[in-house]
Amino acid sequence: MSMSPLLEVENLNVSFPGRGGLTHAVRNATFSLGRERLGIVGESGSGKSTTGRALLGLIPRPGIVSAKRMSFAGQNLMGLPDAEWLALRGRRISMVMQDPKYSLNPVIKVGLQIQETYRLHHRTSAEDARKRAMAMLEAVKIRDPDLVYHLYPHQLSGGMGQRVMIAMMLIAEPDLLIADEPTSALDVTVQNQVLRILDDLVRDRGMGLIFISHNLTIVSSFCDRVLVMYGGRIVEECQANDLQKAKHPYTRALIKAAPSLEHPVGELAVVTRDPEWLK
Amino acid sequence: MIEVSNLSVTFRNGRRPIHAVRGVSFEVADGETFGIVGESGSGKSTILKAIAGLAKTELPSLKINGQDVGSKRSKADRRLMQFVFQDPYGSLHPRQTVDDILREPLLIHGVGQIEEKVSEALADVGLLPQHRFRFPHQLSGGQRQRVAIARALILKPRILLLDEPTSALDVSIQAEILNLISRLRRSYQLTSILVSHDLGVVAHLCGRIAIMQHGLLVELLDVESLRRGEAKEAYTRELLAASRGYSRLVE
Repeated sequence: MSMSPLLEVENLNVSFPGRGGLTHAVRNATFSLGRERLGIVGESGSGKSTTGRALLGLIPRPGIVSAKRMSFAGQNLMGLPDAEWLALRGRRISMVMQDPKYSLNPVIKVGLQIQETYRLHHRTSAEDARKRAMAMLEAVKIRDPDLVYHLYPHQLSGGMGQRVMIAMMLIAEPDLLIADEPTSALDVTVQNQVLRILDDLVRDRGMGLIFISHNLTIVSSFCDRVLVMYGGRIVEECQANDLQKAKHPYTRALIKAAPSLEHPVGELAVVTRDPEWLK
Repeated sequence: MIEVSNLSVTFRNGRRPIHAVRGVSFEVADGETFGIVGESGSGKSTILKAIAGLAKTELPSLKINGQDVGSKRSKADRRLMQFVFQDPYGSLHPRQTVDDILREPLLIHGVGQIEEKVSEALADVGLLPQHRFRFPHQLSGGQRQRVAIARALILKPRILLLDEPTSALDVSIQAEILNLISRLRRSYQLTSILVSHDLGVVAHLCGRIAIMQHGLLVELLDVESLRRGEAKEAYTRELLAASRGYSRLVE
């Protein structure tokens, strides 16, 4: 749609000092994002979540973030003062976390939690905020918003909790949503419904979406473009539906290592890691 | 080897009964690997627990090797079947070394030659002698699951119950553990039941697969018909579609 990309990242590095020196969680990550669904896949420790967090300025101290360029809608994100981050986070960039059990406040009714983001960024009446929260619950296909509005997180099922989180993140209508394993804690049949909601939101609102996942099947069927991360590096970038034809040996090995319904094998291929991939 | 007939398990939450498993029947032949698939709350893990004697059943509904077994088990019964749990982070004692963990079942059952058995078990699951005196937090997730498998097999059981053994692991580690399980079940001539939510994993290891929903066994399929997508029940077809990834058309 728009000519200039929503997000541009060039040579992003994130490292954490520790007893054994610096641990490099992300190394020279370069990518850009338009109004599309970009998948980031990789195994645990590959740096995919850290990349997502860096985009929101959420790398905790003493983590070190550096980049040649990291800009969002033309605004430089490097060295942004805290006050400006606050104006950006939730309003223009939001993040959906993996597990609603741990990411929602257990002692506040979900309706109020959904409102909170909106009220932080807009001067509005309590009544208007309530109406918007209600509308958001409807937008994420919750059948009885009046009921759910007054529930506490422990009274929700996993799928409902995840929808509440999405509602919370989208109420301020951000331009970019970072979803970190948003469906991994859900059952497969519910997973599809949540993906459908995200899909509709990208289509209807022209939102950019970064979808972080370890699941190659979901990413290749849901996203437009995919980045494959290994050891903090982006080792491959391709169109999502070409993922089966991936070239990098790591991506190929990952695809082969997953047992498939359609193509039975006697023994699963094991990923043999080549130190060359880290150079 | 295992005959489950009309198995029901009911839990009580205050006064409200929760029917976790409702009248499930199936048989597992000697040496077979039987799969159970379903979503959370479908009762698949409860079936395993009932078989292991960890959940109370309403009626005697279980035969092992042709003999009725109730919820009271003798030591010999317990030795016959062993359990591998989902979460290798939660199922190993954090303050015990791998050596302690593997030694315990041998001590309980009064088995001799502990030293040899422990080092043999370690080698069997592909761990090195230097892992023997480590604590669980010093091991990776895959290594921990290997320890859990070694602990289950150290008593040479006939039956191995596997509850989502790889769902907490990365795909590449999952492949290693699945290969290990399929090698060990041959060398130990195990009869096993594998519970998973992942159709690919179950189809990889199992010959026959039961699909569970809301405590009921909705369909029993052999792996070839599952692979060909020849499911009769709508729910099974829904699971099959979901396992192929996202599609806008599926509702």
